[in-house]
Amino acid sequence: MTSLSHPTAGGTSAPASPHSVVHTKVYGDSEHLQVPAAAAHVSSEQMLDWFKQMLLIREFELRCMQAYQEKKIGGFCHVYIGQEAVAVGCTAAVQHKDPIVTAYRDHGHALARGMDPKHCMAEMFGRIGGCAKGKGGSMHMFDRDNNLYGGHGIVGAQTPLGAGLAFGCKYMDEVIDGKPNSRVSLCFLGDGALNQGAFHEAMNLAGLFDIPVIYVVENNGYSMGTAIARGTTMAHSLITKAAGYGIDGYVVDGMDVVGVYADMKHIADKCRATSRPAFVDMRTYRYKGHSMSDPRKYRTKEEEEVFEMHDPIGRLEARLKTAGLLTDDSLKAMQKAVRDTVRDAITWSDESPIPPMAELYHDVFVEPWGPYTGSSQPAMNGGTANQPSMRTIDTKEELS
Amino acid sequence: MSAVREIEYRDALREAMSEEMRRDKRVFLLGEEVAEYNGAYKISRGMLEEFGARRVIDTPISESGFAGLAIGAAMMGLKPVVEFMSWSFSLVAADPILNNAPKMLYMSGGQFGCPVVFRGNDGAGGQLGSTHSWCVEGLFSNVPGIKIAIPSNPYDAKGLLKTAIRGSDPVFFLESERMLGNKGEVPEEEYLIPFGQAKVIRSGTDCTLASWGRPVHFCMEAAEEMQKLGISCEVIDLRTVRPLDIGTVVRSVKKTGACVVVDQSWSFGSPGSELASQVHRHCFDDLDNYVHRVHSADVPTPYATNLEQEYLPNARKIAEAVRSATYNL
Repeated sequence: MTSLSHPTAGGTSAPASPHSVVHTKVYGDSEHLQVPAAAAHVSSEQMLDWFKQMLLIREFELRCMQAYQEKKIGGFCHVYIGQEAVAVGCTAAVQHKDPIVTAYRDHGHALARGMDPKHCMAEMFGRIGGCAKGKGGSMHMFDRDNNLYGGHGIVGAQTPLGAGLAFGCKYMDEVIDGKPNSRVSLCFLGDGALNQGAFHEAMNLAGLFDIPVIYVVENNGYSMGTAIARGTTMAHSLITKAAGYGIDGYVVDGMDVVGVYADMKHIADKCRATSRPAFVDMRTYRYKGHSMSDPRKYRTKEEEEVFEMHDPIGRLEARLKTAGLLTDDSLKAMQKAVRDTVRDAITWSDESPIPPMAELYHDVFVEPWGPYTGSSQPAMNGGTANQPSMRTIDTKEELS
Repeated sequence: MSAVREIEYRDALREAMSEEMRRDKRVFLLGEEVAEYNGAYKISRGMLEEFGARRVIDTPISESGFAGLAIGAAMMGLKPVVEFMSWSFSLVAADPILNNAPKMLYMSGGQFGCPVVFRGNDGAGGQLGSTHSWCVEGLFSNVPGIKIAIPSNPYDAKGLLKTAIRGSDPVFFLESERMLGNKGEVPEEEYLIPFGQAKVIRSGTDCTLASWGRPVHFCMEAAEEMQKLGISCEVIDLRTVRPLDIGTVVRSVKKTGACVVVDQSWSFGSPGSELASQVHRHCFDDLDNYVHRVHSADVPTPYATNLEQEYLPNARKIAEAVRSATYNL
């Protein structure tokens, strides 16, 4: 077990008592989770795949930062660097049919879920080839075919939606199809969202209605610039909040992708079988600022360095090399492949046209009326976006 | 030939929901006290018995939570009907109903629609005080991406609610506690009423009265009074404010040359001000006077009976507005 000291343990800049990341459970039976990777049947292929995915996300995010500086990306942009093991491990632990919904730091989840990087990048470039035709931007990644239900920009807003997705799955299976529930939903949130009312209402409903949703708190220790203990009660033991709603709570080391997978697999399998919710305090760290405009004055260089020593990519790299699954040469080849993929995504996005003006009044309503021209799937899903020509909004004309 | 049966507004709402739930298993009802209590206003009476607890769902007092839950379920392709005991309580669910439901389709680039109906009592109930007397159309009609229906009678309530539930887009359905016991003719046979089609409910030649929801009845009273003075009013029930059937109003105003808009929400930045603005634009050369507007007074809703009566649009105020708008007659 690592002796990583998380901001959860202390105040603003100097983490006090280091806590070791252990798997605990405070509600229901007193089961202590200890899921070794071997017990979770992790193959070398899986580990190599996760390694590649994490490399891809990091390279993608570094190039996002660059593109933001070049003003190709506008608005707010929150990068996932440092947290890669969470999206990759969690996504691997559930099935593709299981819905995922997340907050605004969402590029990693989109890529881990299988979105083509070019649609993700083009969305940020505000181009028609983006997953949402350039109408959503960095914080709003949606992918219907990969069961990704957004990307949501308002802190905590996605938490009732996550309950609704899981409720919907269960309703479809049990009420409409008359068979047992087959899906769990993953709802990611940051530790800052713990203090939103919507989250507590969602937890109460999930506990009350037996909704199989897993709330994964990507606890990176800071809500923007506020260290968790400055804004959240019981910061050292967030799972006590889950206990208040009758929901099983777990603490997971989010800097180790194999551990994330093993623990989340156990949790997801249990939620699927029991049709009950779960709450996960996923201890992680973001290496960069909250958004692109954050100079990170609220924490020390030393703290950042400690976490960089426990880098999820570095950890898996060492593990793979020790196991003889990765060599310097194969690593270089992988890094080159990832760089090429992201470069291609940028080139593709540069070349993707800006959305035609017809898109302005498109996708507002499914059913066309007045100036609204109905909706259509983006090119990502095989749709033919931007076909309709913009209607004049002169009602005088409509009246004649 | 038997006469068309008469039922209450609340029964019309229940019939609409029950019929749609029978024809489509994706439709379910959730809200506070909708199941075991049979509805705070008895709109859902008997529905738990017929459809069971999986489809008629009692929620805790947790509007933000269950409104958001319904939106998540709608993204999955289900068709939730959410009952707000009062639209006044929807304000604590502002983020899901205003930030998620109307924008999901757009922000996802056409990938995820949101076929959810939010419905409940809107407007002053009767001495409920200001926090419980919201006319939310004043706030919510400003937001693109939602449809808003405000039926004034049982027939429209049923036909519009069935359309709302069957549609693919989010709908805010605004009822009125003061009208739930109103009786009206509702045929046994199924029917749907399309959104965006106003109804001329009284023909006239001198002044157009345009309204929706409960004040439509006050317009009819005022029209009756004005008839005694020899002023003939045409009364239009808009039925939905989004879409707004401006065409029917404009055709009427081109004929009458005068218009009074009656809207129970506050005047500043309201559906009434929008309608008046559109009438001014389209009928600039036809109007003999500016479009008059009757709203609730621009103050918090008072509790005392006399103050509340004076606060709301009423027949007297409407008649005064008609008299002023038709000063040249």
